Amino acid sequence: MTSGQGQLMRVDDYRWMIPETYKTGMRVPGMIYASQEMLEAMREEQTLEQVANVAFLPGIVGYSLAMPDIHWGYGFPIGGVAAMDVSKGVVSPGGVGYDINCGVRLLRTALSEDEVRPKMAQLVNGLFSDVPSGLGSIGKMRVGRTEINELMVEGARWAVKRGLGSDEDLEVTEENGCMRGADPGKVSERAAKRGGPQAGTLGSGNHFLEIQAVREIFDPEAARVMGINESGQVLILIHTGSRGFGHQVCTDHLRVMEQAVSRYGINLPDRQLACAPVESPEGRDYLAAMACAANYAWANRQCIAHWVRECFSRVLGKGHEKLGMKQVYDVAHNIAKIEEHMIDGRKVRVCVHRKGATRAFPAGHKDTPDRYRGIGQPVLVPGDMGRCSFIAVGAQKAMEETFGSTCHGAGRILSRGAARRSMKGGDVVRELERRGIEVKAENIHSLAEEASHAYKDVTEIIEVVHRAGMSKKVAMTVPLGIVKG
Amino acid sequence: MEKPPCIGYNGALEMKRSSQIVDHTADIGILAYGEDIEELFANAALALFSLITDAESIEERLNLSLEVSSEDTENLLVDWLNELIYLFDVEHTVFSRFEIRSLTHNHLQAVCYGESRDPTRHKIEVGVKAATYHMLKLDRNGEGYRARVILDI
Repeated sequence: MTSGQGQLMRVDDYRWMIPETYKTGMRVPGMIYASQEMLEAMREEQTLEQVANVAFLPGIVGYSLAMPDIHWGYGFPIGGVAAMDVSKGVVSPGGVGYDINCGVRLLRTALSEDEVRPKMAQLVNGLFSDVPSGLGSIGKMRVGRTEINELMVEGARWAVKRGLGSDEDLEVTEENGCMRGADPGKVSERAAKRGGPQAGTLGSGNHFLEIQAVREIFDPEAARVMGINESGQVLILIHTGSRGFGHQVCTDHLRVMEQAVSRYGINLPDRQLACAPVESPEGRDYLAAMACAANYAWANRQCIAHWVRECFSRVLGKGHEKLGMKQVYDVAHNIAKIEEHMIDGRKVRVCVHRKGATRAFPAGHKDTPDRYRGIGQPVLVPGDMGRCSFIAVGAQKAMEETFGSTCHGAGRILSRGAARRSMKGGDVVRELERRGIEVKAENIHSLAEEASHAYKDVTEIIEVVHRAGMSKKVAMTVPLGIVKG
Repeated sequence: MEKPPCIGYNGALEMKRSSQIVDHTADIGILAYGEDIEELFANAALALFSLITDAESIEERLNLSLEVSSEDTENLLVDWLNELIYLFDVEHTVFSRFEIRSLTHNHLQAVCYGESRDPTRHKIEVGVKAATYHMLKLDRNGEGYRARVILDI
């Protein structure tokens, strides 16, 4: 690997530091949250090199941070967190990723596993036909040019205004489903054109709808506040983002920043880290366009959540209110945000990049919704398709160490190609069915890419962030039915 | 565990191949070759559509003139591929032949031949969403040119 391999310093069982001497040009050290075992895999994958590269970015404060689900990305690693001082630092589209505001929304129900099992095939088939999914999927809504501008500014509220959901949903959505500062004037015609037909679609890849059952509750009090009361209770998890819209916003602004880098005299070890000062025209324009894409994603998940409710109502013959289908929370895990954090005893405005990382504000934080202020912001951590997922809450150490951030999922260990070569899509379906999990996918071959063994075990990941104190686990869920694009 | 995508690029230059695919943990990359830079750009574009669908099933029913400008040749390659990805995603056009009419260090003019995607004949194998600058490399070897581009899928 690299010259610095031996220099990794153990801080404690879950913290490993990459000193600034690891690579010339690092402005701050790197900090990796992982168990010893996970670390070995990271070394092989050259992830540490990427964590070190992020430390080159101007204005970075604290550490270049890596969550335990970290894996190799382009430029920035996926599972990375980096905070830049707004007054002298940069913003980087690569630090957010292409799928801007890719995120997760969790709905609860008053149903039990036993009640839904006999209807599972109907529910999964219903969801598959009600929620457009698949590569290049086109939505069932017609979003015109004027409307898409409104959607970019209003976010989830755009959908609620059209009868898709309620104000109560917005109260339990990060940023209330609407990021301020969105300016459609900073979004290209291309992004608007690409985004219009795809609004209200699930997409493909690792995006999914999952019907789950609660299997274990670790923190009954926090679970109760979230309306999660017992093992066997049915929940629904929605994982998707900003579709082609976010990709085009990222592509457009990366291009602008690629050209800006030399003008601002910034030296980068990888061109995908292209960036510009937060307070430069390029930086401000990106953040205004990124907010549009974040809002697009929140509108997307809002529409999908509504169709999920409709589908359950139809199949089970009861209104969704009767079925107790309330939203627990909605988190973004690919986003950059201007936040205030304490650094060396003083309050600093920073631009926190979370690429494959979840905000994890603790109990009492002003930006945690009223309902959750006593327990901390809910953190939703999906695992791979076959194993389990976790619900957690933000905790104090996240504020002290990781700019209010924690992990976001399982994290890939096999490339898509390697996963396909190791197992056939049909075998993945049979294996899931053998375990009583109903699955429906647009493309059976791509299912192989999402097989369990292509991912790290999310249980180990959640354990690391739990013990390191960034988030506390509340409940564990298992899949009953899955819809994949 | 799969090795990162440096594999292949450091290996011997295989001029007989027009392109090959490299694995990346989260994504996929292409290695394209060409005796001259024009051929390299055409082969990279063909590799892109071979990844998206069965390029041999694409008939030449329409042609489209494209112009792309960028600040250097490497970026031009990424921008060229992104232009094609955009056309695929928005216009649903698939291409199988590319004539590079002119190519300077920062400007490209090409005619692309293909057709509107017919879902019955053109099954989407991989949903390519963007060409990235990550680990981007384009260089010249005694025998020709080669380039590596990592794609976001």
